[in-house]
Amino acid sequence: MSEQAISVRNLTKVFESGEAAVHAVNGVDLDIHGGEVAMLMGPSGSGKTTLLSMIGCILRPTSGSVRIQGKEVSGLKERHLPRIRLAHIGFIFQGFNLFPALTAGENVEYVGLLKGFRRAEARRRAQALFEQVQLANKYDTFPADLSGGQKQRVAIARALAGDPDIILADEPTAALDSQSGRAVMEMLTKLAHTRGRAVVIVTHDNRIVELADRIVEIEDGKIRRDHQEAS
Amino acid sequence: MSLLARRNLLHDKVRFAVTLTGVVFAILLMVVQFGLFVGFLETTSNNVSHSKADLWVVSKGVRYFDIGGWAPFSERKLYQILGTPGVDSAAKYIIQYIIWKKEDGGTENIQIVGFDPQSGLGGPWNVIKGNPEDLKADNAVFVDDLYRQRLGITHIGQVGEINGYRARVVGFTEGIRSFTTSPFVFASFKSAQNYVRLPENQTVYVLVSARKGVDLQQVKRDILARVSDVDVYTTAEFRWMTQRYWIFTTGAGVATLIAALLGLVVGVVVVAQTIYATTIDHIREFGTLKAIGASNLHIYRVIIEQAIISAVIGYIIGISISVAIVYLSRRNEAAILLPWPVALALFALTVVMCVSASVVSIHKATRIDPVLVFKT
Ligand SMILES: Nc1ncnc2c1ncn2[C@@H]1O[C@H](COP(=O)(O)OP(=O)(O)O)[C@@H](O)[C@H]1O
Ligand SMILES: [Mg+2]
Repeated sequence: MSEQAISVRNLTKVFESGEAAVHAVNGVDLDIHGGEVAMLMGPSGSGKTTLLSMIGCILRPTSGSVRIQGKEVSGLKERHLPRIRLAHIGFIFQGFNLFPALTAGENVEYVGLLKGFRRAEARRRAQALFEQVQLANKYDTFPADLSGGQKQRVAIARALAGDPDIILADEPTAALDSQSGRAVMEMLTKLAHTRGRAVVIVTHDNRIVELADRIVEIEDGKIRRDHQEAS
Repeated sequence: MSLLARRNLLHDKVRFAVTLTGVVFAILLMVVQFGLFVGFLETTSNNVSHSKADLWVVSKGVRYFDIGGWAPFSERKLYQILGTPGVDSAAKYIIQYIIWKKEDGGTENIQIVGFDPQSGLGGPWNVIKGNPEDLKADNAVFVDDLYRQRLGITHIGQVGEINGYRARVVGFTEGIRSFTTSPFVFASFKSAQNYVRLPENQTVYVLVSARKGVDLQQVKRDILARVSDVDVYTTAEFRWMTQRYWIFTTGAGVATLIAALLGLVVGVVVVAQTIYATTIDHIREFGTLKAIGASNLHIYRVIIEQAIISAVIGYIIGISISVAIVYLSRRNEAAILLPWPVALALFALTVVMCVSASVVSIHKATRIDPVLVFKT
């Protein structure tokens, strides 16, 4: 790989809470290339979400550098960040975070609209994604009427809608039963691989680690172990 | 218009109904409290406002409309006033408390208004029956529809008694309330002079109509220069003096003023709180929007649109109910008035409140803590 999709150097986040300062992320170096599926594992409170948030440009580092597709983003002004997120990053959340007032399809169209596509084009793209996540018949259903696994597949479609190079997922299967969790993960890793996307998945779920190309273990804000999986 | 703004509101209909109820309640509160105050102001000074006069010449020291009857002055001053440059016409005027005796013998306190039917200055307005010209006849009076029952009057031609003289009702007005609770009864200056036993050569006020385009302050000074022992006020000045007197010397006035201000404050708080709560309800969605790449500008637009939709719909409902309340109150003792500038100001206030309340919550939304979107 000539260029890393994600390149993190000496990344640190300190939360000042009253007297004590919490080093949530403490001098992390990490490179992830396109097409790679990395699982970020570690105990609760070890800094996984904080690290993911900084990579996803929704949290500013205290110090250190984050490069997205070779572009330094840690020093960018707040108002430039939405564009970076829109162009490069797709998020998947543990709680799905679908807009309940929009249909499943509209949730995905919305990203297209943000990217500046006309409604019809946004719809066409969303429909294609619904085929890929095998939910074509649920396009006009509201999130409330979908199962957890279906919601997370809609969320995957939404994360892919902007055609990002990077997908960041924070415990995407935690709220799912093991069967749908596994199905969701297989879908996510497959879609990531086909387009050469870099995928970072925070998880506790030992049942899905076999789907990873790489496992990064983090503890107390530091990387403990980083190993490639044989595949 | 943003898809999300509209859908968010319609999606949770109960939430939307609660929001609208808050806005509507606030508007009603403000209309009623403010309307009562506006009604109070209008009622205390209606005869001044509707006098068609430009200037009021009063005995030195008279500080509000209703009191003038106790300090009449010589009508010689009328001629001095008529000779003042800038004065087009001038007319004598009486206001005095007196007793009205009903046909059945019962009595009521009234305020008699004596005006010059020739000039029309200070005459009745809102006439719904009869012709003000008929007041030229001796002992002819107009009464207001609101007080017919109190004065024991059912129809035109009926006769009451004022201070031992007959008073024949020749017309009705509508909505001329009296703040002092003594109804106004309109008569010609001559009849009124008779009723109140005002000496032949005396008047209570002189109402002045100035020439078009003259400087009223200059005319005021000219009158003061040639007429002794009087004060001269423009109609606006005299109206405000009268309003101020009744606001600040009566508990009712201060109470109404405070209630109006409280209505405003409570209304603002209710709307702000309602919109704020609605926005905070959706805060996680705004965090998600931000995470999926929406600019702050886009988030602002969604939130402000939601606020404006709520404001406009709430206002339409609120003002419609208000208009009904105002209409129903038109025959009450206490008037609730909703002049269109107040209605317009209220619309602006509602929109500004909704938008600023939502902007405060936007501040929260655009500084989203990632924890907000990542937690379950
Ligand atoms: N906004 C914040 N303010 C203060 N402390 C925080 C904040 N977010 C996270 N932390 C702290 O940082 C540490 C790492 O948190 P987090 O990244 O959420 O861990 P994980 O996702 O691995 O469970 C924890 O000790 C947590 O309490
Ligand atoms: Mg976490």
